[in-house]
Amino acid sequence: MKALNTTISETPPSGIRRFFDIAAEMEDVISLGVGEPDFVTPWRIREAGIYALEHGYTTYTSNAGLAELRQLICAQLAERYAAEYAWDTECLITTGVSEGLDLALRVLLNPGDEVIVPEPCYVAYEPCVAFAGGTPVRVPTRWEDGFAVDPAVVEAAITPRTKAILIGSPANPTGAVQPRAALEGLVRLAEKHDLYLVSDEIYDRLTYDGTHTCLGAVPGARERTVVLGGFSKAQAMTGWRVGWICAPQAVAELCVRVHQYTMLCAPHVSQLAAIEALREADGDVEDMVADYDRRRRVFVKGLREIGLDCPEPGGAFYAFPSIRSSGLDSETFAERLLKAESVAVVPGNVFGPSGEGHIRCSYATALPQLEEALVRIDRFLTGL
Amino acid sequence: MREILELLEKDSTLSHTTLATMTGRSVAEVSAQVEAWEKAGVIRRYKAVVDWEKVDGADATEVTAFIDVAVTPARGVGFDDVAERLSRFAEVRSCYLVSGGHDLRCTVVGPNIRAVSDFVSRKLSTIDRVQATATHFVLKTHKQDGDSFTDPEPDHRLPVTP
Ligand SMILES: Cc1ncc(COP(=O)(O)O)c(C=O)c1O
Repeated sequence: MKALNTTISETPPSGIRRFFDIAAEMEDVISLGVGEPDFVTPWRIREAGIYALEHGYTTYTSNAGLAELRQLICAQLAERYAAEYAWDTECLITTGVSEGLDLALRVLLNPGDEVIVPEPCYVAYEPCVAFAGGTPVRVPTRWEDGFAVDPAVVEAAITPRTKAILIGSPANPTGAVQPRAALEGLVRLAEKHDLYLVSDEIYDRLTYDGTHTCLGAVPGARERTVVLGGFSKAQAMTGWRVGWICAPQAVAELCVRVHQYTMLCAPHVSQLAAIEALREADGDVEDMVADYDRRRRVFVKGLREIGLDCPEPGGAFYAFPSIRSSGLDSETFAERLLKAESVAVVPGNVFGPSGEGHIRCSYATALPQLEEALVRIDRFLTGL
Repeated sequence: MREILELLEKDSTLSHTTLATMTGRSVAEVSAQVEAWEKAGVIRRYKAVVDWEKVDGADATEVTAFIDVAVTPARGVGFDDVAERLSRFAEVRSCYLVSGGHDLRCTVVGPNIRAVSDFVSRKLSTIDRVQATATHFVLKTHKQDGDSFTDPEPDHRLPVTP
């Protein structure tokens, strides 16, 4: 047989997969390895989905998505973050940020273009760059700096082939929120070197200390920035597969073009549910955010008390403690913890080399389970 | 501080230490505040939500009825005196003044249907100025004070995801 696609064959499967396989076989596992909310989608949103099914909204929508949904997204971006996008020419609905990321990179990149990806970062960033024909170029961030991106380090990685910088804030896996100064620094670099910025803002509503900065609203950024957002995290809608892209018209138009041929449209029912989410579910979102925040405080304090240094996670629902004091590498730590105490975490190195020495713990887990997990991790550490 | 009350209202077993961590306050501050609330009667008491059907089985569980009561109001007191008289019965678990066809809505609990109807006909209906009652027996409790009595939805998430 002829060889399959080289780029795809050469991309390793996600390091998360191995832990999934082990954990799935075990009983009584407390999983802190889940990258999605432990809340079910708020009922009013589900109910809107049911209504949509009952009333036969089972068709395609326009390629770019329902007008009302795009209007709501743009209105709320303007109101919350002073980010101005025209709903009809600069916004499209995607099947999650996952598709949004893929579209943005395919539209921005020509073969061989480099994309700077500060790491540790979400597992899909580098593969998506590669699948779009680009070359991901990692730059490290340090937990001593709260995983803030250092524009000087980024600039040192810029070459004539650099096309874009891809960042996520608040971040999976670190929970880090990029300081405004770091974002401004990236925008200056983008202007200086004529680069695009791709900003994954899926956790925008899940910030606990101060408000979120939308990169598209940072002065100078708008014309060169693609903002990705969605409903999976704040509205607990992971399985609905719905998200959005806001970008300058030239980029948005080409994103619609790819989407038109590859996806056609995001699920109609999910788009209607997303409308309900934006219209009516703010209270539900605020309740969930308050709940994550309380668990965050309890869990981070607990980690520190059992001797794991943990940078303060300002957003998302992950803590990314250092496990260096254990003397183990991340992978060994996670595997032994799982086998010895049935607590599943994700080793930090799967998110990039700067994640080595850390584990990702999701606190989107019920409080009694978090407390039990802390007891078990403590016992594990003591037994080392 | 309101947040602490809301948290305790949902789960009164939360320790002061946990409450302090959750709300970013000191344990001493939380303890002092909770004590003050207890003293002032803001926090009246702590109790558990029990699904008695699970304990006794559906047949042996106490019966509950909503009783709507029409009352002739009296000068000076309106419905208050009757409401208070009703409320003093241990069988009466709640009592509200309501708008609509009747005036008071009570929840009455008894060991069986017979006991509740006896209570209504002998005690409740015979109070002065009570004109009429309408009794609605509860057949099944689906949700009570914000607590759903159906089984929780299972966690459909995979154990490890990106
Ligand atoms: C940073 C980040 N971006 C994107 C996604 C994927 O989001 P969606 O469900 O909208 O495709 C995730 C999900 O874990 C994520 O953590």
